[in-house]
Amino acid sequence: MQDSREDDWQVYGTRLSSRLLVGTAQYPSPKILADAIRASEAEIVTVSLRRESGGSGAGTSFWQLIRELGVRVLPNTAGCHTVKEAVTTAEMAREVFDTPWVKLEVISDDDTLAPDVVGLVEAARILSRDGFQVFPYTTEDLGIAEKLVDAGCEILMPWGAPIGSGRGLNNPYGLRAMRAHFPDVPLVVDAGIGTPSHAAAAMELGYDAILLNTAIAKAGDPVVMARAFAQAVEAGRLARLADPMEPRDMASPSTPVIGRAFTAA
Amino acid sequence: MRAETLAALLAELEYEDAVVATARNRDFVRRKDRAQTQIVEGDEIEILVPKQGG
Repeated sequence: MQDSREDDWQVYGTRLSSRLLVGTAQYPSPKILADAIRASEAEIVTVSLRRESGGSGAGTSFWQLIRELGVRVLPNTAGCHTVKEAVTTAEMAREVFDTPWVKLEVISDDDTLAPDVVGLVEAARILSRDGFQVFPYTTEDLGIAEKLVDAGCEILMPWGAPIGSGRGLNNPYGLRAMRAHFPDVPLVVDAGIGTPSHAAAAMELGYDAILLNTAIAKAGDPVVMARAFAQAVEAGRLARLADPMEPRDMASPSTPVIGRAFTAA
Repeated sequence: MRAETLAALLAELEYEDAVVATARNRDFVRRKDRAQTQIVEGDEIEILVPKQGG
């Protein structure tokens, strides 16, 4: 059994030891955001580009805070509903954040924030051709996933449940099938995680990492919850490496039967 | 607004030293191209800054 601390994974040639990626939105304060990121031990955080509110300079202090944390940033295209919007946002993010990484979201509707997988594949193709390293927010649909890989994606990020819903893994069967179908592609469950047990369950399915935001940011104590998620992700990963037992239909005594008292003869 | 280029507009809005990304009419405009990018009445200018994201 290897120690999980030597159990690195890789995406686009970057070696990572933490298997928890966290968002930076919705925290009660910048200090709690910073403390929670540290407690999560995340090496990658997601960020976005938005119009300035509160005068010029408001974005600068956030960016300064993130840089001081020494983490890698993964800019998103959150809120983009068309290929054109997503591509332009990605281009803008590459210049500002100075990274080829982009968490590509093309959203189909505002009720579910489900990926528009048709637009996603098209945008992934355009961006990959233009030198981006695309992290696509997708569904567990295997045909779409194949097209994303063909488009140049070296990682796939299926949803667990709708963004911000905290419902956990809506389709564990589909996620398991995806893991089996893509044994060598890094897979990250992105969105829908509500509690550490959801994250552990996804890791037990063999997912390489978990990306979440609301479950930590909207907890009563985000810093403690960040620690809880770090431990759950590690526990789930260790469980996967340890090869869990198969469930059985019938009871089977765990205490040895031989040598017990009160047996006849 | 009196600015005739995107760079001049950013200066007028006091964004000169800020980390921003720009677009004109929904097309990305690189930092190095802002001084050459003419803007006219009715152009849709986008100025975006680093923000929290999920």
